[in-house]
Amino acid sequence: MSEPAAKKEQYSVIGKSVPKVDAYDKATGRARYTGDLKVPNALVGKILRSPHAHARIISIDTSKAEQLPGVKAVITAKDVPSVMYGISPARYDENIFAVEKVLYVGDKVAAVAAVDEETAVKALNLIDVEYEVLPPVLDPFRAMDPDQPQLHEQYPRNISVEIHQNFGDVDKALADAYHVRTDTFSGTRAAHVPMEPHAALSKWEGGKLTITCSTQSPHYFQYHIARVFGLKMGDVRVLKSYVGGGFGGKLEPSGAEYVSAALAMKTGRPVKLVFDRWEVFVHHRGRHPQHITLTTGVTKEGKLLGCHARFIIDGGAYTSLGIASAYYAGAMLPLIYMFDHYRFDGFRVHTNLPSCGAQRGHGAPQPRFAFESQLDMIAKDLGMDSIDIRLVNARKPDTMTPNEFKVNSCAFTEAIQKARRISGWDEKKGKLASGKGIGIGCGGFISGNGYPIYRTRLPHAGAVIKVSEQGDIATLYTGAVDIGQGSDTVLAQMAAEAMGIDFEDIKLVTADTETTPHDFGAYASRQTLMSGWAVKEAGEEVRRQVLELAAEMLEANVEDMNVDRRVIYVKGSPEKSIPFERVANEFFITRGPLVGRGKYAPPKLGGSFKGAPVGTSPAYSFAAQISQVETDEETGQVMVTDVWDVHDCGQVINPTLLHAQVEGALFMGMGEAMYEAMVFDANGKPLNANLGDYRIPTALDVPQVVSDLVDSYEPAGPWGVKEVGEGATLPTMGSYANAIYDAIGIRIYDMPLTPEKVWRAIEQRKRQEREAAEKK
Amino acid sequence: MVTEAKPKTKRQIVTLTINGDEHVSLVKVNTTLLDLLREEFDYTGTKKGCELGDCGACTVLLDGEPVNSCLILAVEADGRSVTTIEGLEKNGKLDVVQEAFVNHGAIQCGYCSPGMILSSRALLNRNPSPTEREVRDAIAGNLCRCTGYVKIVEAVLAASAESKA
Ligand code: FES
Ligand code: FES
Repeated sequence: MSEPAAKKEQYSVIGKSVPKVDAYDKATGRARYTGDLKVPNALVGKILRSPHAHARIISIDTSKAEQLPGVKAVITAKDVPSVMYGISPARYDENIFAVEKVLYVGDKVAAVAAVDEETAVKALNLIDVEYEVLPPVLDPFRAMDPDQPQLHEQYPRNISVEIHQNFGDVDKALADAYHVRTDTFSGTRAAHVPMEPHAALSKWEGGKLTITCSTQSPHYFQYHIARVFGLKMGDVRVLKSYVGGGFGGKLEPSGAEYVSAALAMKTGRPVKLVFDRWEVFVHHRGRHPQHITLTTGVTKEGKLLGCHARFIIDGGAYTSLGIASAYYAGAMLPLIYMFDHYRFDGFRVHTNLPSCGAQRGHGAPQPRFAFESQLDMIAKDLGMDSIDIRLVNARKPDTMTPNEFKVNSCAFTEAIQKARRISGWDEKKGKLASGKGIGIGCGGFISGNGYPIYRTRLPHAGAVIKVSEQGDIATLYTGAVDIGQGSDTVLAQMAAEAMGIDFEDIKLVTADTETTPHDFGAYASRQTLMSGWAVKEAGEEVRRQVLELAAEMLEANVEDMNVDRRVIYVKGSPEKSIPFERVANEFFITRGPLVGRGKYAPPKLGGSFKGAPVGTSPAYSFAAQISQVETDEETGQVMVTDVWDVHDCGQVINPTLLHAQVEGALFMGMGEAMYEAMVFDANGKPLNANLGDYRIPTALDVPQVVSDLVDSYEPAGPWGVKEVGEGATLPTMGSYANAIYDAIGIRIYDMPLTPEKVWRAIEQRKRQEREAAEKK
Repeated sequence: MVTEAKPKTKRQIVTLTINGDEHVSLVKVNTTLLDLLREEFDYTGTKKGCELGDCGACTVLLDGEPVNSCLILAVEADGRSVTTIEGLEKNGKLDVVQEAFVNHGAIQCGYCSPGMILSSRALLNRNPSPTEREVRDAIAGNLCRCTGYVKIVEAVLAASAESKA
C-alpha cells in the first residue's frame, strides 16, 4: 500500500516542517483570544451556578441584583427560550438555565450583565435562590437501583444509554479457548484543562447575532444557537478568534455563548462572558469514568479468539456528547487486534456530578488501557513476551473488524517491531535493575468520523480558494478550526501543493460560518483527512483552470502542462514556461475571478446494526508505545523516564507539527494515568476544581520522548494522510501500567496510578510475602 | 447577604513603566496587576488562566523577575518596571527566545506561550547556559496542556546556544 518513494520526493510544500502560520502572533502577544477582545460599549456577563448537586428550585428573586447600579440585565430560565439542546433530538436534555431542578454543583441558574466584572460578581451575590435540597445520586453503581432518585424523567433508572452489540459467537469462542481471563478496570473523571477558559463575545445588531467564541466547531454552535433562539441559521454568525486549546471540551456549546447571546439580546449591547477556572472544571464534559470488565479468551499460542466487554459509565448530570462516548468505548476495542467474536454491553448512567463528554480519544482510552493491561496478563499466564502476543494478533491491512470497520492501510506490525527495536526491549524486558520496568501499550484511532455530528446531508468539509487579481497570493477559505494543533498551517501547505505555488503565497480565512464554507470542525481527528480532501480538490480546480489558460498562452497541449512553485511549464521543454501570477492575472482580466472549490463526504461506511456509525472512518491510525519507569518502593513514587512512540499515521504533511501532536497527546495520557481525577465530597461538591489541586503534568514530570514513524500510505486520505492528534493518547495508560507491573510485580486496575496506590500495593505485597515466609 | 452597596473601593494613583514607557493610572486598590495590564492598557498578551497563581499564563517580568501578575496588586507595582510579552520584540526583531519558540514548534495553542517565553527569558538573563534540568525548573510554574514541554525545552536550549554564538 506504499506509494513509490520517487513520487513522494516530488512534493514541494507538503512533507516539510514549515513554522506554524500563527506562531509569530502567538510568540509576540499579538494573538487575541476571545477573552482579549475589546469592543465598544461591551458589558461583562457572569453566570450564577448551583451550590447543590441536586435540588429543586423553589424561587429566584433577582430584584436586589437588578437594583445594583451598573447592572444592566439579570436573566433566569423564564427570560430565555425553553428549547432544549444536546447531541440528538431524543436526548436534548439541557436548558440554558435550569428550569425546575439543578443537577450538579455548577448547574446554571441565572446570569447578569454589568458594566464591569466586580459589579457583575456583586450582583450574582444579590440573587436570592431558594432551593429544596434533594439527595444526590453520586455512585454510578447504585444509580440504576430503583430506590435512587431520578435525575431526568425521560431516563428511567437513570440510564442515559444502554448498548448491546454482539458480533460472532463469543460464548463459543470463550468455550473453545485454551485460556480465559476476566478482569475489571476503572478510569477517572479526567478533565481537558485547556489553558484558555471557555469564552464568548456576543453582539445582537439588526436582528443578527454574531458570536465570537472559543470553539472547536463554529458550524455546530451555529446550528444549535439558531435552533434554541428560533433564528434562521443565516442570522447567526459564529466565528472564532484564536483558541487556546480544546481537546474535545469546546466541541459543544458550553453555555458561555447562549448566555452571552441572551444577555446581548436583552441589553442591546455586546456582552463578553469568560469562564473562570472553577467554571471550566465544573462544566467539565471531559472523560467519563468507566468501569470495564473484560472476559477474553486465547489459544495456547496467544491468538485472541473472542472478547466480552461490559461497561458501567458514569455520565454525570446531562447527556452532553456522552452517548457517542459510550458507543466509542466499546466500538473501538476490536480495532487494533484481529479477533472475530466480540460482545459489548454498556450502560451510561446519570449521576449528580459534572457531565462527561468528548475528550481526546473520546470513549476509547480507558477501555484501551483495560485491554492492554489484560493482554499483558494473558501473555504472562501463557509465558509469552508482551510484544510477541501483540505481534500474533496485530491487525493487518485491508481487513475488517468484527463490527464492520474497514481498515485500509495498517502498518501496525511494523510499528510494534520498530518500537521494540528503538526502545531496546529485548535487552531490557525482565533484565532491568530492581524497581525499573518496561512496558508496551498500543492504540489506534479514527481519521474523522464516517457520519456527521447531527443528522444532515451536508458534506463534511468544504473549501474555497480565491486567487488574487494579480495572481500573487491565494486565499484559502475553510471552515476547519485551528485550536492550536496547526490545521491552518497543514491546510495551507496542502493548498499550495495542490496549486503548485509556495506556502508563503497562501493567506487564510478560517472557522467563520459567514465567510467560510461549512466544515464540521476540530474533533474526531478529522481535519487533515477530511478538510484536507476539500482543500486538495479546491486547489486542483485552480490548478486546472490556470493550466488550461497557460496552455493557450504557450500554444501547448494542456496535458503537457505542469506547475511547480509558481512556474508553469511544458513538460519535457522547460524553456517554454510562464509565471503562475501572469496566467492568474490574465485569467482574471479575461474570464473573471479565479476560484477553486472543493468538498468532501466520506463514502458509505459501516454496518446496519444499531449504533453502527460510531467508530466508522475512512481510515485508521495505529500506534505502539513503549515506556520505561522507575519506582521508589519506599514512597510509591513512579517516574516515567523514557517513552518511545511509533505511529502509523500515513503520509506526513508537517513532521514538526505531527511529532508535537504525539508529544502533547502522550503527555495528556500520562496525566490521566498518573495523577488526574476530579474528586468530590459526600454531597457532590468538587474538591479540586482548580489547577493547584487538580494536578496536570508540569515541565518537571515529563519523560524523554522519542516520537517515530513507520512508512505508510492511506488510499482514503489526500496524499495518503491519516490522523495523529487523538490516537497518541490511547496507548499511554496501558503502557505505563504494564511498565509498573514489570518494575514491581504489581498490577493496578484503577487509574490514576498515584504514589499512594502504588505504595499500598507494595505494602500489601510485602505483607503477603512476610506471611508466606512465616508459614514456612 | 449584602443588601446595601458597600462603600466605594478606594482608588490610588499608580505610576509604572511598562515595556519602557511610563504609564499613570488611577486604580482601585483591589485591582491586580494582570487586570491593570489587560483592561486598562490593553496588554492582552498577558493571559488569564486561573487567577490563583497556579498556571503561569499571566507571567510578566517585574523589575526583571518573573512573577504571576494575577497575584500582585497594581498598587504593589507602583514605581516599578514591568516587561510584558509585547515588550520583548525590539525594532521589529524577535527576541532569540521568541524566535526559537517559533522555529522549534514550541507553540501550539499559544495560550501559555507569553508566560513561558518570559520565564525562559528571565532564566537566560540570570543563567545564559542552563542545563535541561535548569530549564525545566525555570518553567515548572508555567503550565502547558498542548506540547508536553518537549519542544519548549528544546527551544529554550536552542535560544541559549544561539545567544552564545
Ligand atoms: S492567571 Fe496567574 S497564575 Fe494563572
Ligand atoms: S501551547 Fe497550548 S497551553 Fe501551551
